[in-house]
Order: sequence, then structure tokens, then C-alpha cells
Amino acid sequence: MRRYNYFPGCSCSEGTGVAYGLSTQAVGKALDIELVELADWNCCGSTPYGSLDVMGSTCLSARNLALAEKADGLDVVTPCSSCYITLNKANSYLKEYPELGSAVDEALAAADLEYGRGVRVRHLAEILSEDAEPDVIRSKVKISLSGLNVAPYYGCQLVRPRLGSDDPECPQSLDSLAESAGAKVIPFPLKTHCCGASLIISEESLALELIRKLLDSAQQNGAHCIVTACPLCQANLDAYQSRVNSRFKTNYSLPVLFFTQLMGVALGLTPKALGLEKNIVSPMKALTPYFLSRP
Amino acid sequence: MSNLLEEVYAIPGGEGVALCIQCGTCSASCPGADRGLSPRQIIGMVRADMREEILSGDSLWLCASCYLCTVRCPRDIRPTDLMHALECLAVRDGVSSKRTRTPLMYRTFINSVINNGRVHEAGLVTRFYMRTNPLAALKMLRLGLALLSHGRMPLRARKINGRRAVRTILDKARALAGTQ
Ligand code: SF4
Ligand code: SF4
Repeated sequence: MRRYNYFPGCSCSEGTGVAYGLSTQAVGKALDIELVELADWNCCGSTPYGSLDVMGSTCLSARNLALAEKADGLDVVTPCSSCYITLNKANSYLKEYPELGSAVDEALAAADLEYGRGVRVRHLAEILSEDAEPDVIRSKVKISLSGLNVAPYYGCQLVRPRLGSDDPECPQSLDSLAESAGAKVIPFPLKTHCCGASLIISEESLALELIRKLLDSAQQNGAHCIVTACPLCQANLDAYQSRVNSRFKTNYSLPVLFFTQLMGVALGLTPKALGLEKNIVSPMKALTPYFLSRP
Repeated sequence: MSNLLEEVYAIPGGEGVALCIQCGTCSASCPGADRGLSPRQIIGMVRADMREEILSGDSLWLCASCYLCTVRCPRDIRPTDLMHALECLAVRDGVSSKRTRTPLMYRTFINSVINNGRVHEAGLVTRFYMRTNPLAALKMLRLGLALLSHGRMPLRARKINGRRAVRTILDKARALAGTQ
């Protein structure tokens, strides 16, 4: 069994991405991956903090990394793409900018913490596609999702800036995971285009236009559902789908699943364990046939 | 007031500004560029010391941090980090644009983190809409209720045990940076 320090982030722990957190834990258990939640972690600050205050933002991440280092120093794994790049950016800024680094050290010391720069931060999608063996995943699939057309949507911060090994514009990790579950991956040329992220709150019209393009491309290519690896992408595409429909007079009704929810269905987990009732555009019509075929 | 270029240069993420060859690859990649100044233009204007146009303009705040410019720039400049560095300067100097609501949204987010150690999405969105456009808040009500009824929007903020430690760290950092 592999062990990691688990950093859910605010959204996946109990916010709009709570189903992502639930399905992550459930899939982890099914695949013998132990995700130990980092005790008393704090918000990474995400893009907003880094855009107003670089030093404060680096401090927020550094506290989490210091806690992980103190716990056991194992890799930190997060399902959230924004936490993933924010924690990673702190790690690289601490190394690249020694002046910033020593100020952050001094700030941490005020709370009796120190960070030796030794913790690696990885995305859940990376763990499941690199550390877990595809054969092992395939051997645990109880229900093949054959006949389900999936559009894997990577968005931005899972693949950019290039932190892992996946290609920043033509990534494959989610495609392979969906295929291991037996689903059919459809061509989705916009798979790394931006959904507008938190600008959905402050610049709604810009973000809605980006979301509309994504839904349009997935639908045109015959997707039965979109699969994401980021709580912000999922909320934008799922919860704001009705806003897109009213603004552009469209009638999209495309379920948007977390990739862990999709994998969980194939692994034989229940809808409840995967938080499927929390999706706004219900995925049950697309998924019920597979639940009915459960052994 | 000192030269904008020098100030940008001194902020982590800002040093790349000198290396730009104005090729426009970033602008062609940017999802926000057709609504404001493009990253290439912004860099050119920083180098021309057009302080007010940049720091008080809207364009910085249209950056969605998609990092497409960053992975494509032939000079490895990281324009995304540069945008963030410029946003930091605009806020530090208190001159950020009043026409765009992104700085306020970011500030509301940050306050949630400082108070609780975590960000509370429901509180963030409510406070943001009440301060900017209560009418729009009404329009968003349906969305809020949908999230609420699907168990995705707890009304109570979670506070971490270490929130005092978080504050101590941030206060110390602020004192060291000499800002605010
Ligand atoms: S892509 Fe890089 S070099 Fe080209 S204009 Fe943009 S920042 Fe300058
Ligand atoms: S990171 Fe910002 S500036 Fe760069 S392409 Fe994306 S939106 Fe444009």
C-alpha cells in the first residue's frame, strides 16, 4: 500500500467540490492507496492570494509544507489543480528567490515552524496515472464503462505550467484513466482550454463565453459526459451550465464528473460513496445502466 | 516615484520583463486578450514606464491564470507570474482599477483565509455580491440554492485550530515586507 500526505483543499474538503473529496477517498481505498489528511492544514491561498501578496501567499503554502515535513515528509497529494500549482509555486519560489525564502523562514519561525524545502507536491491524477499500475487498476474494474463517451477536460492548472510529465497542451493522463475504466475517449480539441476559473465571479461574461465553447466542443464530438480533475472547472461547467443556457439560449445538459467519480463507478462503488447526488446536472441517466449491471 | 521597470524587476516573477522580444505568442494564446491589453502590450508598456496606464488599468485583472503564455513563451518569461507581480504592485500602491471587480473579489477571498485559515465559498460569494451589486446577487440566488440543496455550500465557515498561527505568520511576513 502506498501512503501520501493528503491535502484536499477548501473546495474538495467541504465546499463546492465536496464530491471530489469523497470520491477521491473512496477510490483511494479501492486501489489500496492510503491518503492521510494533513492535520490542521490551511488554505493555500490559491491565485487570489498570490495576485495580491506574493510573500503572504508563499507563507501560507510553506506552513502546509512544513506540517507535512514534520509529519513524515511523504509526498503531498492534492486533487485540486489550484492547490497543486500554488503549493508547487511556493516550493520553487523558496528555492529561486533566497531573499524571499529567508523572510518566509523567519515568518514561519514566529509560529515555531520550519520548512527544509524537502516535500514534493503532486496531483492526484498524476499519482493514479503514474504510481498506480494501469494493470492493477484494470484488474480491479468490476463494471466496464463500455459505450460511455467521455470528454476528458484537463483545463489549465493540472498541466500548466508543466510541473508533472504530462504534455501542457495535449495531455493523456485522464484519457488513459478513463480508458482503463472501459470508457471511450472522444476527441476533445479544447481539453486544455481555460474555463475562466474564479473570474466566473468577477468577470462572468468572459468566463461564460469560455464555458460555452467547452460545452459546445464536447457535445459536438458526441460526449455523454465531461470528466474533470479540478473543483473549479467542475463547478464552472456543471453549476454554471444553466447560466450558459440562459445567456446563449442553448440547452446543454451535459453531466460533468470528477474523474474519480467515473473511476469509482467502474470500480463498483456506490453512487452515494462517490457523491453523485451532488452533481447539479445529474449524471444518473448516463450512469444508471452501469449501476444496474453491478455484479 | 521610481521607475516601474526597476520595481517590477525586483518582484519575484517580474524579472522576465527584460527578456521579452515582443513576439506576441503570449497574446495570441491569451483568452482575455481581446477584452483588454494583451500580455505583449503590457510588457511593452512596462518597459516604456507607462505606470498609470498599467497599474490602474483593467487588463491585468482579466488574467485567468491559464498559464498558456507561460508554457509557450520562447524566452521562458512566465507572463502569468509577471501579471501577478503587477497586480501586487497595483494593490500595494492602492491604485488598482475600480472598474474591474476582480481585485475586490481577491481581497474578499484573502480576508476569508486570514479570518478562518480556510476559504469559505458561500461567505466569499455573498460578501462579494453584496459589496458590488446586490441586484446581481438576486440573479445568483438560484445558483446558490442549487449548490446548497446539493450539499455543496455549507453556510458555516470552518475555522482551523491553527488560525492564530496562520495570523502570526502572516503578520510577521507583512512586517518583514514593510507593506500595509
Ligand atoms: S511570448 Fe514571451 S517573448 Fe513573446 S511577447 Fe510574450 S512574453 Fe514576450
Ligand atoms: S495566464 Fe493570463 S496572461 Fe497568460 S495567457 Fe492566460 S489569461 Fe492570458
